[in-house]
Amino acid sequence: MNSTENNTIMKTKKDGKFGFSFDNQVIVFALLRTSMIIVVMSIAYLMYDIISKGIGAVSWEFITSMPRKGMTEGGIWPAVLGTVYVTMITALASVPVGVFAAIYLNEYASKNVFTRIIRLSIRNLAGVPSIVYGMFGVALFVQALALGSSVLSAGLTLGLLTLPVTITASEEALKTVPISYREGALALGATRWQAIRTNVLPSAVPGIITGMILGVSRAAGETAPILFTGAAFYLPRLPGSLSSKFMALPYHLFIMSTQHHSIDKVRPLAYGTALVLIALVVAMNLTAILLRIHYRKKLRG
Amino acid sequence: MKNKKELAIALFFTLNGALAILILTGIFYLLLSNSFYAWRDVGFWRFLTGLEWRPAGFSHSLYGIRTLIVGTLMVTAGSMIIAVPLGIGCAAYLAEVASPIEREIIKPVVEVLAAVPSVVLGFFGIVVLSPLLAKVFNLPNGLNALNGSILLALMSLPTIISIAEDALAAVPREYKEASLALGANRVQTLRHVLLPAAGSGVTAAVMLGVGRAIGETMTVIMATGNALKSPTGYFSSVRTLTATIAIELGEVPYNTTHYYALFAIGFVLFTMTFAVSLLADIFLHRASEVGKR
Amino acid sequence: MFNSEERIEINVENLNLYYGKFQALKSVDIYIKKNQVTALIGPSGCGKSTFLRTLNRLNDLIESVKIEGSITINGEDIYDKNCDVVTLRKKVGMVFQKPNPFPKTIYENVAYGPRIHGINDRKTLNIIVEKSLREAALWDEVKDDLNRSAMRLSGGQQQRLCIARVLAVEPDVVLMDEPTSALDPIATQKIEDLIRDLKKKFTIVIVTHNMQQAARISDTTVFFLNGEVIEIGSTELLFTRPKNPKTEDYITGKFG
Repeated sequence: MNSTENNTIMKTKKDGKFGFSFDNQVIVFALLRTSMIIVVMSIAYLMYDIISKGIGAVSWEFITSMPRKGMTEGGIWPAVLGTVYVTMITALASVPVGVFAAIYLNEYASKNVFTRIIRLSIRNLAGVPSIVYGMFGVALFVQALALGSSVLSAGLTLGLLTLPVTITASEEALKTVPISYREGALALGATRWQAIRTNVLPSAVPGIITGMILGVSRAAGETAPILFTGAAFYLPRLPGSLSSKFMALPYHLFIMSTQHHSIDKVRPLAYGTALVLIALVVAMNLTAILLRIHYRKKLRG
Repeated sequence: MKNKKELAIALFFTLNGALAILILTGIFYLLLSNSFYAWRDVGFWRFLTGLEWRPAGFSHSLYGIRTLIVGTLMVTAGSMIIAVPLGIGCAAYLAEVASPIEREIIKPVVEVLAAVPSVVLGFFGIVVLSPLLAKVFNLPNGLNALNGSILLALMSLPTIISIAEDALAAVPREYKEASLALGANRVQTLRHVLLPAAGSGVTAAVMLGVGRAIGETMTVIMATGNALKSPTGYFSSVRTLTATIAIELGEVPYNTTHYYALFAIGFVLFTMTFAVSLLADIFLHRASEVGKR
Repeated sequence: MFNSEERIEINVENLNLYYGKFQALKSVDIYIKKNQVTALIGPSGCGKSTFLRTLNRLNDLIESVKIEGSITINGEDIYDKNCDVVTLRKKVGMVFQKPNPFPKTIYENVAYGPRIHGINDRKTLNIIVEKSLREAALWDEVKDDLNRSAMRLSGGQQQRLCIARVLAVEPDVVLMDEPTSALDPIATQKIEDLIRDLKKKFTIVIVTHNMQQAARISDTTVFFLNGEVIEIGSTELLFTRPKNPKTEDYITGKFG
């Protein structure tokens, strides 16, 4: 009864012979909406779970104190600081090279095989698994360059990992600078480099910074590349120099949720760590997005 | 004088650009050269097709990665089975159905997901998904291939959604208008005009998702249980290629067969993701051709 | 009395220009006289802007461009291997179709040229900026807010600022590529008055889409069609008694 009724409705809508058809707007739009709802709800639940269970553990003291009693109590200060350090090294390693490479691609490169190979390499580097960067870091920085297992090796490894992001973002930023800024300067007798330095780069800086923050925020959350290049399970003191090992938030979360001897007992601490990590990364992303909006408005005004 | 300076500057930037080639070939060389030692000791085919990975065996060690490849392929395929319909559905919804206000809300939410570190997703797999799966399917624990697949799907969704949506938006308006003018409804237009025209872009998005899924380490290490047995289905615990490297590289002495074998796994991973990004590249290129027309 | 009108500043002989396989300029012969306004007219796509950009070698930026023939400015071959493009562009300034002030202050826009050519002394720069802005008839309007962003000026003011920016480098020749096409009639009027004034000091080559404008401000007119020079001559003669029937068709509005 019900199905025949459905059938007639379908038929009157001229949706084909079979009663049910993927051309039916109501049904398909409902399916699309369902998929959207599933995705959004999953994300919302993920965030809700971590925020609601992490917020109890997070306090100013949690963030700024050392772990105690075999990491069953206390805070995550060394991990916070380690992540900040390694992220700074990452930025220092990848941003200059990334910007320079982008300047080459957008301002100097001619359309030839060499440029195409560079672009292909960059796209492929973006697809190389992070654990493979970790192996490369072990072989190149830890062993070959004898930097040892250290915050420097880890930072450089993460720098390589973020390089494709910084290059692409910087190039996008350079692309938005109008041609007329270059031509105007060149027509006044500026050399190519003068035009870039005085007219192109200043306008591209906001975009470059946005890209840098996005790239570095990804590095801050990475674990696999630092597993063997310098991250430590536990350190009783803060990293003192570039050659020290360091604790990092993502690795700390990994340890606290899989390797710790009393996992159930430290679960609240793990939730707290997860929340701090997410907050850090999302805050960086938000900064980047706000920066982008701010400068877009400024350009128009 | 001035010209020489300009030339030097141009050369400097060129070298920075060329660094990308150097890094990529460097990674390739490092993996391949170490792999050779592994293949010398183990044998290329026995390495690739051997069923057992037992690097610390009592009498002798075994370095076959078939089970690991199966593990990787299982979670990758599983994640795509979940993520592709959801992702394309979401993209189509955003491009064709959503009101501007909905878009303003959904897009940042998806962007937040893109920013979530993989280790946090893995944590979510342990604390939420695993108990949930165990309860629903009545399993001893929920650390299995399904758990990994779901998490990897979550992870690939932002990429798939954003690229597929761009591809849909890049389809020239005339196509859409022509179809609607012929009396097709919006769904028919979407199905018969927009999706085929955006096909290359959507495929590229899926390829990039596959690449990420194959290469992801932390999420799978935390969520799939890492058992070295041959899996019997999605409720089995599986060990992936990436997880094996992550678990073992820290403890293995340098320059042993085991060490080389891990690099050989890295090489296999590299080859897989390289092939996938090449494919993605080809499809992206085709997609941009569609946009131009 | 010395008659400056008779001195030729730029001489172009048998110039061919190709974009890849497409020939955009075909054996162009042109002379441009000193302290005159020379107008280049013709329908869009006829090669007049391309020609203008050969005079300061701005076409060099496009990779597929190939150029044959000779262009001499003040007797020097500008496509000679030893010719320094930077010096050339200092001598041959250019004003673009759309006003393109840099995203800097008014002062910094005008001071940009002198600065890149090594003048950093504040006093000297002040003098140059004031002089250039006066020459571009903009000084009275902006003298009180030199530190304001140039982007805030009106379109017409922006274009005069761009002219001042060129004048600050003290060029001999000023190229203008449809400088008023993006402006309203009043702003256009101001720029035209300015151009008539500027020719006392500079040689001006202007591309224009607007025949009345060419008739109003130029001394010599060149008519381009499909990459060829159809006619060159004194503006008065060319507009009243064109020699070539194609010129007549164009100026009487039969095509274009």
